[in-house]
Amino acid sequence: MSRTLSAPVTVSFDYTRSVGPVIGRFLTGLRDAQFVGARLSDGRVVVPPPEYDPVTHRATADFVEVAETGTVTSWTWVSEPVAGQPFDRPFAFALVTLDGTDAPLLHAVDVASPDEINTGMRVRARWAAERTGAITDVVFVPDTGTATAPPPAAGEGDVTGIVTPVSLDYTYAASPEESAFFRGLAEGRIIAQRCPKCQKVYVPPRPACPVDGVPTVEEIELPDTGTVTTFCIVNVPFLGQKITPPYVSAYILLDGADIALQHLILDIPVEEIRMGLRVKAVWKPREEWGTTIENISHFAPTGEPDADYDTYKHHL
Amino acid sequence: MRDVAVVGFAQRQMQDYDGSPTCAELLVPIFAECYEQTGWTKKDIGFWCSGSSDYLAGRSFSFVSAIDAIGVLPPVNESHVEMDAAWALYEAWLKIQTGEVDTALVFGFGKASAGVLRRTLSLQLDPYTLTPLWPDTVSIAALQARLGIDAGAWDEAAMAEVVNRSLTDAEKNEYAVRAGGSSVEDLLARPMFADPLRKHDASPVTDGAAAIVLAAGDKAREVRERPAWITGLSHFTDGLHLGTRDLTRSESATRAASAVGGLDGVQIAELHAPFSHQELILRRDLGLADDVRVNPSGGALAGNPMFTGGAIRIGEAARRIWDGTADKVLGHATSGPALQQNLVCVMEGTN
Repeated sequence: MSRTLSAPVTVSFDYTRSVGPVIGRFLTGLRDAQFVGARLSDGRVVVPPPEYDPVTHRATADFVEVAETGTVTSWTWVSEPVAGQPFDRPFAFALVTLDGTDAPLLHAVDVASPDEINTGMRVRARWAAERTGAITDVVFVPDTGTATAPPPAAGEGDVTGIVTPVSLDYTYAASPEESAFFRGLAEGRIIAQRCPKCQKVYVPPRPACPVDGVPTVEEIELPDTGTVTTFCIVNVPFLGQKITPPYVSAYILLDGADIALQHLILDIPVEEIRMGLRVKAVWKPREEWGTTIENISHFAPTGEPDADYDTYKHHL
Repeated sequence: MRDVAVVGFAQRQMQDYDGSPTCAELLVPIFAECYEQTGWTKKDIGFWCSGSSDYLAGRSFSFVSAIDAIGVLPPVNESHVEMDAAWALYEAWLKIQTGEVDTALVFGFGKASAGVLRRTLSLQLDPYTLTPLWPDTVSIAALQARLGIDAGAWDEAAMAEVVNRSLTDAEKNEYAVRAGGSSVEDLLARPMFADPLRKHDASPVTDGAAAIVLAAGDKAREVRERPAWITGLSHFTDGLHLGTRDLTRSESATRAASAVGGLDGVQIAELHAPFSHQELILRRDLGLADDVRVNPSGGALAGNPMFTGGAIRIGEAARRIWDGTADKVLGHATSGPALQQNLVCVMEGTN
């Protein structure tokens, strides 16, 4: 058995970027099925145009429209494509030097096998039917000598921004100590660990005591009762919210712990929530338990008198 | 300038780290080794600096969690770079030069196996014209390799020789995740992965962490009989646009070597070349003499944990000074696509 618990996690975000006048000019060209490059101070014509001249550092201003045909100056075969690449089957990435330019552009070439591409090969742009003004509006294909007219562009005016979706898949592992905590929860137990130096009890346990920098090896079990040390009343709706606001999210110092645990407090009117409130875990039905803190549905008041401030003042 | 030396080094490398993305539990024993080598406690460390990136394993603020491994009450003087820990070493060296501190512990960590490393690294490219195509880091290196082959700067046999020597040397490295030499013929008979690169031409996806201890003057002499004195430290970068760089050369490596007065007299060089042909580029453009022993550790082709692959080269080179194998060594680190950024760290043993 692996010492850690893990689960798939996808982190994704659509980056919305303004592109400025130089990249905007290039992307507007792509939308209109036209490569736009720039003449640099050393006389070279390059695509895509850099925003600033690499030698003089002046803003790029001398734009040049270049051909949609070019020559492969280097290539590789992508035998195992990764998500997001121009093709989800094997294909070629290549450096393509467009006719009329002096530096290559990195892009994909649509060929079926590595036998169908070589350095020096002539290629031609194949424009997407629907173009938004993005580098993905085009791929290259072997040049058969005949140009086909690209479908007309959909948009008008200058391209001023792009949306770049980024989505990354991970296998996310809990630390060995956190894994012990989650395995305990699956049995209805709350597992903590004690630092051998400062004797502080951490729940969930951490890979090292943040005070002393030593592993917290001694495992102890805590009760599911504790004291509210601080709280907030959630009034604002947000994406993925499971409970209708207003509701209470609180720090609960479990009896015997030195670090508070964050959880929900329900079964109490929100205006009655307070520091020092004594609470107890409300567990979901056993058949719903897994290796997750969600086994505890929420915490609810025990009805005991409030805890003295002195009992939790060092844990705020 | 203050005399600053590398006096401590500890590392871990593995294929699949069965632990957290913050690697805090991996850093604890690494720091313990550094304390043992130096005879110090954490109170003796004047400055801490780490290198890591949250993109690698998908854990936000992982560098904050990682400092649990230090124990930060009372608070410590601490910084972070989103680069290989070799650049954290550069920051720490500067910090010591300011006179504010006399000692520093530099560390890096990364769990590359948690994601698809070659894909994640597309995020270091130009976000407008490259990242939307997701050019993976192996494909970009392959484009570079073919440019050199077509230009006659190297060939597949020369690349295989680099691999064979590296994996043979790696047999003696307990931390290597890939080891075992064979022959150039055998290597060339293996299938292509990213033509013209075979899998062994690329460093293995590696998890790991490492730490290096720096100390100034007498603090360094207290720790080691032969500290590895840093006599040259410099880094440069090439431009963002792959198309406007000559990918068969490494101009930034040449400039870094020139900034430290050249590399004459270097006996052992640990070069951070994540792809076989990149060692050939570096060797030539750093201006290393033909008799320089390159990568006795096996180098990055035997193990290349992201964010410590470069720092480990510096640590491995420093060890050769400590044990008297060499009097002058080079540790090199690279970052970015196709050798975009390069750092050189020249170390000498003077008794």
